Amino acid sequence: MTVNSISQVHVGFELPPQEFVFTRADLIRYAGASGDFNIIHWNERVAREVGMPTVIVHGMLTMGTVIRIVTDWLGDPGKVIEYSARFTRPIPVPDTDEGASIKVTAKVTELLKNNQAVISISAIHNELTVLAKTTAIVQLAP
Amino acid sequence: MGREKIREFARALGESAPCYFDVESARALGYPDLVAPPTFATVFTLQAGGQVIHDPELGLDYTRVVHGEQRFVQHRPIFAGDEITSTVSVESIRSAAGNDMITVKTQVHAIDGELVSTVYTLLVSRGVGDAS
Repeated sequence: MTVNSISQVHVGFELPPQEFVFTRADLIRYAGASGDFNIIHWNERVAREVGMPTVIVHGMLTMGTVIRIVTDWLGDPGKVIEYSARFTRPIPVPDTDEGASIKVTAKVTELLKNNQAVISISAIHNELTVLAKTTAIVQLAP
Repeated sequence: MGREKIREFARALGESAPCYFDVESARALGYPDLVAPPTFATVFTLQAGGQVIHDPELGLDYTRVVHGEQRFVQHRPIFAGDEITSTVSVESIRSAAGNDMITVKTQVHAIDGELVSTVYTLLVSRGVGDAS
């Protein structure tokens, strides 16, 4: 596992795309691990009562999953020095084995001083953006 | 910060990267122990944000509060074995389109005083009459 060198990237450089799937079991597991037991993530009746089609993915589960496009590429999660996202659309998770999937792409949008790069990330579910302004700043090797 | 909590959180994100699970792999990257995923601080800053949402003086109706944005500034990763404190403050409050936008800042320090990370959470308190 080696961190990529700044010399290997340029503005517009695309990271290998990834696809992630969320099932009901993933939501339960994340609720337990994160301590976020908000009922709209596991109780379909209540989710419907507040206007959702069904239970929805925790925004922070989406955010935590999406950054894997960067950390898998880097090989070292400690080199992510900043990570931000705006939660724009919920991801409903049907009670099926297939669950709900997102397509994640990322590209370098800016090179900074000290071998740092800005990476802009896109997360799409059903052709709609679920996280906006999703940006990571990473520390690359010289 | 316990090894098992880091492993549990990483597993919940569907992670398989060895540095989250195997101490030797984390050490091979130059770290003292297991390294936490970039969003791990949510485990304890979530509760810290709750302090703001439920503050009687601020008087938010938490049923109208949604999580708008999240930002992690990582001065160094969190490692298993870290003993940390979080200090919560309200960074800004502004109103836009009938909604109140509250930015909560949580500074995460190691026990020796080193600043480990700064976490910003934007809470949006939807105004009455906004059906969205």
